Amino acid sequence: MKLSPEAAQTYDQKRLAHHPPVPVARHFWRAFWVGGLISTVGQFFLSYFEKKGLMPDQAAIPTAAVLVVLGALLTGLGLYDRIASYGGMGAALPITGFANSMVAPAMEFRRDGWVMGVGARLFQVAGPVFVFGTLASLFVGSLWYLFYGGFTG
Amino acid sequence: MTYLLAFLVGGLLCVAAQAAVDFLRWPPAYVMVLFVVLGAVLGGMGLYEPLVRFAGAGATVPLTGFGYSLVQGVKQEAVRTGWIGIFTGGLTATSMGVTVAVAAASLVALLFPPRD
Repeated sequence: MKLSPEAAQTYDQKRLAHHPPVPVARHFWRAFWVGGLISTVGQFFLSYFEKKGLMPDQAAIPTAAVLVVLGALLTGLGLYDRIASYGGMGAALPITGFANSMVAPAMEFRRDGWVMGVGARLFQVAGPVFVFGTLASLFVGSLWYLFYGGFTG
Repeated sequence: MTYLLAFLVGGLLCVAAQAAVDFLRWPPAYVMVLFVVLGAVLGGMGLYEPLVRFAGAGATVPLTGFGYSLVQGVKQEAVRTGWIGIFTGGLTATSMGVTVAVAAASLVALLFPPRD
């Protein structure tokens, strides 16, 4: 059955009225300090790799890798799920959350086997991020190449 | 000071993502996709690079930094190899993170017992 737009809107209003109100201030504060703290840990490694002589753009690459390993490890120990349920997007948005989104289904679906379980589900959440990131970089990169690349390349 | 800026900018980006979840009621996966695309678009316009210089890991660690790396890789490879770089640059720049993520996820799935 398809509702008319008006009926759908009243339904939506009624539905939201029965929702418990979202504690926005608390969510924001938690996302802020958890996300900030993870970024600060990242800065520690970024500074380290820069001191080792890498350019800032290059130093970001091993920094991401270290954070991915940390995020994977914390997920394996069952700690990242707790950080995520406390920090919300503060835990999901950093690259450690990206790692968590790959490790969690890998662990969960291991019982379905290594090919159809781990292999197939690894990119369950990371896949969309990867697909749209690649599409955006193709689109944006092509435009950039049309406008600037011809003069420099 | 570097650490303070990383904390503030990284934290604020996460608050922006939380706002999209709380106010727009988007599922977190949608917000993650949105931020990667946002990072790529801002990177393409040359607007994200100043933020990276300003806040370091505060700008590169959240997922917008992933989108930025993809586009930054395209730019660098396109300068080096011409139009082929549009197709090779993005994955080249982000390959270490993705490869390590696949390896780490497999290793963790192997070593840690699944929880229910």
